Amino acid sequence: MGLDFSVVPDYLDVIFLGALWTIAITVGAAVLSFFGGIFFAVIALYAPTLVRLPLRAFEWLFMGTPLLLQLFLIYFGLVQIGIDLPAFVAGVVGLGLHFAVYNSELIQTAIVAVDKGQMEAARTVGLSRGQALRKVVIPQAVRDVIPPIGNNMIALLKDSALVSVIGVTELTLSAQLAIGRTYRPFEFYVVAALFYYIINLGMEAVLRRIERRVQAAR
Amino acid sequence: MDTEKPFVDIRHAQKSYGSLEVLKDISLKVNRGEIVAIIGPSGSGKSTLLRAINDLDPLTGGEVWLEDVQVNKTLPHRQYEKHINHVRQNIGMVFQHFNLFPHLNVRENITLAPRMLKGLTVDEANTLAEEQLDKVGMLERIDYYPSQLSGGQKQRVAIARALAMKPKVMLFDEATSALDPELVEEVNLVMKKLAEEHMTMIIVTHEMGFAESVCDRVLFMDQGVVVEEGPPSVIFRNPENERTKNFLRKHLASNKE
Repeated sequence: MGLDFSVVPDYLDVIFLGALWTIAITVGAAVLSFFGGIFFAVIALYAPTLVRLPLRAFEWLFMGTPLLLQLFLIYFGLVQIGIDLPAFVAGVVGLGLHFAVYNSELIQTAIVAVDKGQMEAARTVGLSRGQALRKVVIPQAVRDVIPPIGNNMIALLKDSALVSVIGVTELTLSAQLAIGRTYRPFEFYVVAALFYYIINLGMEAVLRRIERRVQAAR
Repeated sequence: MDTEKPFVDIRHAQKSYGSLEVLKDISLKVNRGEIVAIIGPSGSGKSTLLRAINDLDPLTGGEVWLEDVQVNKTLPHRQYEKHINHVRQNIGMVFQHFNLFPHLNVRENITLAPRMLKGLTVDEANTLAEEQLDKVGMLERIDYYPSQLSGGQKQRVAIARALAMKPKVMLFDEATSALDPELVEEVNLVMKKLAEEHMTMIIVTHEMGFAESVCDRVLFMDQGVVVEEGPPSVIFRNPENERTKNFLRKHLASNKE
């Protein structure tokens, strides 16, 4: 049985739709992981112990267990306590929180590394600590970690394939559906890989643009 | 001139880190429009004293007053934060290392606090920034980022940033110490201009010539106490205290090298 790519065009619409879902999940989870990362970092550094400890447990859950298990827990497990999320939302939340924890680690380090004089200067003109963090310290910290956060976002794109197991017809699951009808795994996995590659290129281009814009203001 | 109350009034300031006493019962009264220089060897506590005035380095004892408001009064945390943020708007501070916000351009550095705290519109804030930059001779650099400026230019922008809050008093913490010698003069000129406008200023400095030409009064500090204080002509020309004489002699010698 040789390779036969002639069946691919018939399923291109399915694959294409799957790619759009992959993009939607990735963008949603990336945004959540970015702002969630800042939020967790601020809590980890400045919140009282009573708030910090539950967050630590949460961090352990997301860093110390497989992402696949986290997705199962959010999609199938939470239903039992009355939280019934659509698969797409569960996927975005799972991926987003998972990577928020990793981003938080990066952002925490960067916040601590911002020169103390920045906070002092902001406080001496009368800004509160919260205002100084928001307008002076955090923007600088985030700028410093945009490249490593970008790496996390590329990893997020690739891990979005895991969301297929909770039934989101994203790129990988779409390829599988096409394979189910045609029994042509090699052809469709290669096509899916090609789509991932193209999305990846697009993402890197966006990241480069953000980095360039940020570099100008240093 | 009437016999007004002191504008800045430091009463029995004490500061210690554990058993190390940095400030030992220092009192200092500064009148409105007066310019006071604080000199002394490093580790004498002069920066600590200056930073106690806006409570950046809180005192462990004593009081700081600005007009009729106690800066470091005892309040529950939240109320204190509100109080101190308000008080600090009246106290401009300039740092040795400028501390401009590198992610903001010159205009945004200046307008950030007035817009957030005084509710100025974009137009009002821009006008304010232009006024203050014009004053320090940096108007044409309004759209530059700090990284594109020389040290002297950065410090002039930092002064404009502090002035934009219309402070009642300006604190200078070794404002020219980090500058290349040829850049010191442009910052000194700005400070002289402020002096001519009768801004109340407290200046921690190593620039004895500048202190002598601009200041009304000089304090010499050593090991957490004010050793000697008086008009610059006396402190620099005829100091009484042995420690003052020693410090000035050493300082003069090191400057001639």
